[in-house]
Amino acid sequence: MSGHLVDLFGGSNAIAVFLITIINFILRGIGSLPLFGFLNPLADWLGTEPVVTSIAWLIAITIMITWAAALHLLTFIWLERKLVARLQDRRGPMITLRKDRYIGGTGYLQQIADALKLIQKENITPKAADPWMFHIAPAFLISTTIVVLVALPFSEGFVVANVPAGLLFILAAFSLAPLAILLAGWAQNNKYAMIGGMRAAAMMMSYEIPMILAVIAVVVLAGSLNPIEIVNQQSQLSILAPLAAIGIANWYIIPQFLGFFIFLLAMLAEQERIPFDFPEAEEEVVHGWLVEYGGMRFGMVYGFKWLRTFVAAALVALLFLGGWHGPVLPQEIWFILKIYFVFFIFIWISWSVPRIRIDQILNIGWRKLIPLGLFNIFLAVLVVHANAQGWI
Amino acid sequence: MAEQVWINMGPQHPMTHGLWNLRVKLDGDTIVDADPEMGYLHRGVEKLCEVRNYLKPIVLMDRLCYVSSLTWAHVYCKAVENLMDIEPPPRGKYLNVIACELQRMASHGMWLAAFLADLGLLTGFLYSLRERELVLDLLQLMTGQRMNQNYPRPGGVHNDLPPGFEDEVRRVFRYLRRQYKGYKKFLEDSPTFLMRTQGVGVLRKEDAINYGVTGPNLRGSGARVDLRELDPYDVYDELDFEPVVYEEGDTYARYKVRFGEFFESMRIIEQALDRLPQGPFRIKTPKRAEGEGYARTEDPRGEALIYIIGDGSDRPYRVKIRSPIFVTLSALPMMLRGHRIADVASVTGGIDVCVGEIDK
Repeated sequence: MSGHLVDLFGGSNAIAVFLITIINFILRGIGSLPLFGFLNPLADWLGTEPVVTSIAWLIAITIMITWAAALHLLTFIWLERKLVARLQDRRGPMITLRKDRYIGGTGYLQQIADALKLIQKENITPKAADPWMFHIAPAFLISTTIVVLVALPFSEGFVVANVPAGLLFILAAFSLAPLAILLAGWAQNNKYAMIGGMRAAAMMMSYEIPMILAVIAVVVLAGSLNPIEIVNQQSQLSILAPLAAIGIANWYIIPQFLGFFIFLLAMLAEQERIPFDFPEAEEEVVHGWLVEYGGMRFGMVYGFKWLRTFVAAALVALLFLGGWHGPVLPQEIWFILKIYFVFFIFIWISWSVPRIRIDQILNIGWRKLIPLGLFNIFLAVLVVHANAQGWI
Repeated sequence: MAEQVWINMGPQHPMTHGLWNLRVKLDGDTIVDADPEMGYLHRGVEKLCEVRNYLKPIVLMDRLCYVSSLTWAHVYCKAVENLMDIEPPPRGKYLNVIACELQRMASHGMWLAAFLADLGLLTGFLYSLRERELVLDLLQLMTGQRMNQNYPRPGGVHNDLPPGFEDEVRRVFRYLRRQYKGYKKFLEDSPTFLMRTQGVGVLRKEDAINYGVTGPNLRGSGARVDLRELDPYDVYDELDFEPVVYEEGDTYARYKVRFGEFFESMRIIEQALDRLPQGPFRIKTPKRAEGEGYARTEDPRGEALIYIIGDGSDRPYRVKIRSPIFVTLSALPMMLRGHRIADVASVTGGIDVCVGEIDK
């Protein structure tokens, strides 16, 4: 078990203390002058512990969002385009800053070029739309995903807030998106958008419950709702005696393979990827709830799908693939490697199957995944009980 | 009881593959009624033919259906031959058969691509287009053009085969057989694909015949109707092939018919190359004609019929085109009723719509 590189909150705290020390030095310098004495209490208040902690939190969240949204979001979009192009016998985006702009480049700048193009577009509000709801929905959608990053740990140190029931918080925030989609679909006053929004709401019924059942089984095994604690449990030797004998760690994908499968499917549905992308099925409802959004509003809503992908991949790695546990390399590196591995599985699945129908996912969810999920909980309880009794 | 709403799927909709409008009446997610509207791409081909001499409409017929242009030029040339009462030489007939079957393969390749894209499988779309490109290369080798070939003529074809064509065909077909067997397995082993196609858009045999549906759509409903076998033209009576027929009448059956025809076309072309006689490939034709002539052939989409009246001048007096998909679309509301809105893409993709030929 290797250590972690980043102590996000400690680092942010140090930055906050440093900033406040400089500001206080200036304030007290001015405060020593006559007439400016009222600044001294302000400096005292800034130096108190709650203020420092609040500012440290703000800094930590900013760093986290920049890291996840600016770095990995762009990388994810680029990687998906490139990998799909490879699957489809194409080359994908190739734009570079060199003189021969479209030949042989890696294409990493394509997302930035797209964003610059979208920013230049006019922000059109349809005449029949409800302007308030229409404009709030994208912000709502994005914030539901960003809020997840507050509790999502990337290593023992790289976490904004170590919440005791963090997993509950993450899943609750992550599941809010269909509400925003429904809002957007309703506000646009467009039949296609309306169908898309309603599909998102109907689909949520079918995958949320199996997903929660899969998580419950993990929680039973780990005995905790704290993501860091769950990962630490997975870094121990396996609770299955034969595996422990050959030194294999207790990644929950081994006792919980069913759960892993269910959770992976639910996460595919959660991101609206192709076998389950009914809310925006292009050939059926012309991009559904996105149909009236234009310009950067569309860019944000569309681009932030990959932030959801990032969070989904992180959750799969966190719950079933041992989180940041791994030999030699630092924790953060291991976790990022696992996230990209899961992301690769997502891409591979979603570009090799056709889209299924909305009534079919309801059938799959209620008639197949829920019984499987319940059976999976039973398996988890059995493993824990057998372990306690020393049967295995 | 929820309110029923009409939705316009088209004229600009990713499902339509062209320019037509499918109005769908929805009760929730279920289709209560449907109403296809055509005419957005009308170019007046029939009228344009009347102001050109007998050779020039071949170019217009090439543009009639942009996916399978050669077969339309071919049926026009056959109609003119019947009007002028001339018989092309055997080599010309064989070359026409080879070219038409290559065009059928290209058309079915394009259909597979569009159908898979309709189902949301963009990877299959690009794979299918990639293999179609090889067939188009063969057509280019034979006629000089990938699309809009302008190849058939009244009384034969425009040019002879280039040297080395036969070896190239056999080489490409070996590769295509291997690839398409892989795609067949890839699709038919996929439960998702079966879920989207089986039992969707069922067209019973009686309904299909009553609505005038022809071609692969009719054979997918269990009727063994193939004009190459029933009313053989050119040299199809000398060749050994089997019409592909499936009983179910759903989208999956239509998919299997077209997939089977792809392999049958390869068989036909290889036989035709084996038996290709020597001699002239084209005879001279008169400039003027009087009387009536018609020809019907098995287009990739169904029965294509062209009827020409000549009044003794060098221009046709009237040209009538019967396009198979125009007739097939009349059965579409019946196939859609009771299905989900998501099945619209599956059904319209399955019947292989080509708007150019619908609107003429």
